Amino acid sequence: MHPVVKLVAQRLALGMLLLLAASVLIFVGTQILPGDVAQSILGQSATPQSLANLRAELGLNEPAISRYFSWLFNALQGDLGKALSNGQDIATSMGSRLGNTLFLAISAAVVAVPLAILLGLIAVRYQGRWPDRVISTVTLATVSVPEFLLGYIAMFFLSVKFRVFPSLAAINDGMTFFEKLNSIALPVLVLVLVVLGHMMRMTRAAILNVMQSAYVETAELKGLRKFTIIARHALPNAIAPVVNVVMLNLAYLVVGVVVVEVVFVYPGMGQYLVDHVSKRDVPVVQACGLVFAAVYIGLNLVADVVSILANPRLRHPK
Amino acid sequence: MSDALLEVKGLKIEATAYPPGEAPRDITIVEGVGFTVEKGKVLGLIGESGAGKSTIGLSSMAYGRGGVRITGGEVFVNGRDILKVGPSGLRALRGREVTYVAQSAAAAFNPAKKLMDQVIEATLHHGLMGKEEAEARAISLFAQLGLPKPETIGNRYPHQVSGGQLQRVMTAMALCPKPDLVVFDEPTTALDVTTQIEVLAAIKRAIVETGVAALYITHDLAVVAQIADHILVLQGGKMVEYGTTDHIINTPAQAYTQALVSVRSIDHQEKTGGAPVLSVKGITARYRGTKFDVLKDVTVDLPEAQTLAIVGESGSGKSTLARVITGLLPPSKGEITFNGRTLAPEFENRTRDDLREVQMIYQMADVAMNPRQTVGTIIGRPLEFYFGLRGDAKKKRIQELLDEIEMGEGYIDRYPAELSGGQKQRVCIARALAAKPKMIICDEVTSALDPLVADGILKLLLNLQKIENVAYLFITHDLATVRAIADSIAVMYQGRVVRYGSKTEVLAPPFDDYTDLLLSSVPEMELGWLERTIANRKMEAAGN
Amino acid sequence: MRIPISALIGLFFTGLYFSIAIFADFISPYGVAEIVGDAWEGPSATHWLGTDTIGRDMLSRMIYGGQTTIFVATMATLISFGLGSIFGFFAAVKGGWVDQILSRLVDLMMSIPTLISALVVLTVMPVTLPILIVVMGILDSTRVFRLSRAVAVDITVMDYVEAARLRGERQLWIIFREILPNALSPLVAEMGLRFIFAVLFISTLSFLGLGVQPPMADWGGIVKENKEGLSFGITAALYPAFAIATLAISVNLVADWVLNRTTSLKGGRG
Repeated sequence: MHPVVKLVAQRLALGMLLLLAASVLIFVGTQILPGDVAQSILGQSATPQSLANLRAELGLNEPAISRYFSWLFNALQGDLGKALSNGQDIATSMGSRLGNTLFLAISAAVVAVPLAILLGLIAVRYQGRWPDRVISTVTLATVSVPEFLLGYIAMFFLSVKFRVFPSLAAINDGMTFFEKLNSIALPVLVLVLVVLGHMMRMTRAAILNVMQSAYVETAELKGLRKFTIIARHALPNAIAPVVNVVMLNLAYLVVGVVVVEVVFVYPGMGQYLVDHVSKRDVPVVQACGLVFAAVYIGLNLVADVVSILANPRLRHPK
Repeated sequence: MSDALLEVKGLKIEATAYPPGEAPRDITIVEGVGFTVEKGKVLGLIGESGAGKSTIGLSSMAYGRGGVRITGGEVFVNGRDILKVGPSGLRALRGREVTYVAQSAAAAFNPAKKLMDQVIEATLHHGLMGKEEAEARAISLFAQLGLPKPETIGNRYPHQVSGGQLQRVMTAMALCPKPDLVVFDEPTTALDVTTQIEVLAAIKRAIVETGVAALYITHDLAVVAQIADHILVLQGGKMVEYGTTDHIINTPAQAYTQALVSVRSIDHQEKTGGAPVLSVKGITARYRGTKFDVLKDVTVDLPEAQTLAIVGESGSGKSTLARVITGLLPPSKGEITFNGRTLAPEFENRTRDDLREVQMIYQMADVAMNPRQTVGTIIGRPLEFYFGLRGDAKKKRIQELLDEIEMGEGYIDRYPAELSGGQKQRVCIARALAAKPKMIICDEVTSALDPLVADGILKLLLNLQKIENVAYLFITHDLATVRAIADSIAVMYQGRVVRYGSKTEVLAPPFDDYTDLLLSSVPEMELGWLERTIANRKMEAAGN
Repeated sequence: MRIPISALIGLFFTGLYFSIAIFADFISPYGVAEIVGDAWEGPSATHWLGTDTIGRDMLSRMIYGGQTTIFVATMATLISFGLGSIFGFFAAVKGGWVDQILSRLVDLMMSIPTLISALVVLTVMPVTLPILIVVMGILDSTRVFRLSRAVAVDITVMDYVEAARLRGERQLWIIFREILPNALSPLVAEMGLRFIFAVLFISTLSFLGLGVQPPMADWGGIVKENKEGLSFGITAALYPAFAIATLAISVNLVADWVLNRTTSLKGGRG
């Protein structure tokens, strides 16, 4: 078997294993920690009888291991259980929200990724001169402010003061694609600002690293144009680190989404999760945690696989 | 002037230094340098590190590495001043009239592209030939440079060929566009000595056959003597001496050049006999998790107050032997006797006296000293640790040791970063001596140093041996160093000792094949050595 | 020793914020939960920053909020550093299976985004200050572990550490005298970054209603309480933005300086 195929297969297997371990961790976090779920749900004033009833209903009297496996097997079959707070099927309520969240995250990524790479390239091209400094300073400022505050700042100026975009990102199936886009403009803007800083800085570092290597000097001493050097010699070697940067920040975006959805009251996974944390609705939190972890691990896996595929030493072994 | 291909006049090169905590300032790294290279001739640029030789070499392409700027003088290539031709003029010059061969070909090739694409890139870019013609030329150059499978080697990626081969491919890359001048920047420095001679011979043959002119940059006078018509000696960015190779090698006028030529002229009287302080018996060892023995049945003795040199190229296992003796790598077979006692295989199980009596000096003095400790702390710790010295007694002993390594007063409170390369190595020697050892393992202690500095270190070590009666296990790849310091020699090849005995025995014929190859590969500082050696080898090969 | 302007500014503002946090009781004009006026009064001589959603003095809220935020962040940072660096150094020096187990465990913890892990745990745990601090500290210690392990691994392969081992020095001496002094500068710089992260993190949790609980004030909570005002053009919710951003930038400037100053080893013991 070609070593690259083998390596990629190994990474995939490792990713699955990691996801499995993460599911254990999430389960342990909600079930075995000293806090008592039933107590948490009903509060301190609950009678012993109602506590016992709830425990039985939740299956808390069974050993943790068997509860874990029944949860896992159900989850694998798409059955995430029912919410404690309103008894609705979690998988169903999650479905449309997951779609909304992905719509928001992908829209942000479509703007942020090319922009970050472009700004990174500009910063490298004018390294140490004013375009580089301006870009670096602005991005430093955006990463020093938490997401929710960026959200409110954007809301205050763009929606309250100047009324460019709607302040709340209401979205429903009746809207056309462009209505939807207009509706999510502010949250997308905030998400872009949140990831842009990190992504641009890391892209800049990755490309600078490649541009300082000896083979770029060799190309320069061949009399090639700067553009040719970047396209032919720097780019093939910068792909892996840049993809890594992008994936890392998309994973970061997954977390940013949670907060931004709450700010703009957007009907997505993040809001769903936060709502049910306050309601101490354990099955919903578990399900959401599992989905977020899966996305996060998946993105990291993609980054891993791309860097394997882009490595000439692995692609063309001795 | 009519034949001058490259003419440099009054060259001045500056760079910006960024001293920590201070404002950046400009420093001059080359000043007042001028020379001429005629068509088809080779000029050697020689000097120690910091002499500015690479910087000067690159100025012939009007290129400044890092923040380096050419701020004065004129550089004429084919009659025009290339400092005035502008970016597009420079692009037309680079890769067409002047090409470059870097020290580390492994880093200078793009890892993501096939060799052939890179070799013919400049030729195609400048529109000098069609693709097929360029490839045919590249293949013929590969053959000329003695590369294996010249037709197909171009289809490989850089990491798929060895260092010596890559250096030759890089030479082919430089020669492919039929340039007027090639700049060779230490092209053989990173190679093993037996590989170096092959690459050197290949480069020389290529230069002669293509009739190209060259700037050959190196720190090794013996190497440049084989290849250059003229030599320019540099020190600290200034010219010291400039003349024909014959003149520089045989009748140097300047003291600095004379010192360079006569370096390694240490005369060391060989000692014999004596009871062994260290006996290595039948050592076989491998690294954890590997299936390959790095050392195979190694047996050597080191008599008291004498020097045993372990000689070999990279991969011979010589440094591994040091790790086994110090107890960092327990052997799978064999045992080590020291001072009459058997040493525990792991250093953790050795007594404090065993640890004290075997000391070590490393190749890179930079990383052998904790950068956050002063010289006083570095030398003082063994005194405190082994002998319980404190306060004034310790301070007095530290000063004695500093005197012994010829550094004198005023160094106790300095940090390693404030010392020169040679001084750092001296402090490491003092730290080893502080333990009053019976034996010191010296692992390539002079390899990272400039020749004159290395010479000083070797003389110091010989002196200290007489005073302190300490034995040295001296690991090196450099035969000149061996001649200077050894009493007995073990030649290692692929994990085995292939030749072992007193210095005179080992260095006298009849030789085994490997020792013969090794000895005859060391460049000697005389004209025509390379041709003679290669001719000898051909004759022997024909005779066999 | 010359301190660059940027670092001086950073030191000044960092010091200022910490002093305000420490002496909040003396500086603050009103009590944290004291209702002193109407809702959302504008800035005036008696209330420099105006009042909040139920008429509490905004300046006092900001000062006490800063105290809570900085306290929680500092404690969480100390915990994450304690845990992360001890285990990180331990893994690096020991190597072998100890290193393997610790590193894989940290990989696993890092495979779930920190905010998600915190939310999961806070679903079942009572939200009190000590629990918040411990949860944040443990979750963030994974990053400190990675850094200190990486730094220490780089140092343990140095010849001077080998020389100390071969001299027969004990493990503790090697960690404290050979490794720690050389690992200190990246760790101190990282401490600054972790502190900023902790400030952002606790603010986010409070904003989501899962951090500091009323009537205590903290910067994230102030945003949550006053966010409705934004639609009426009242900027009370944005004050914490300013406070958090300036604190973060000042600490960043100091961390940068520490890192730069000690990477150059000439002349001083960092």
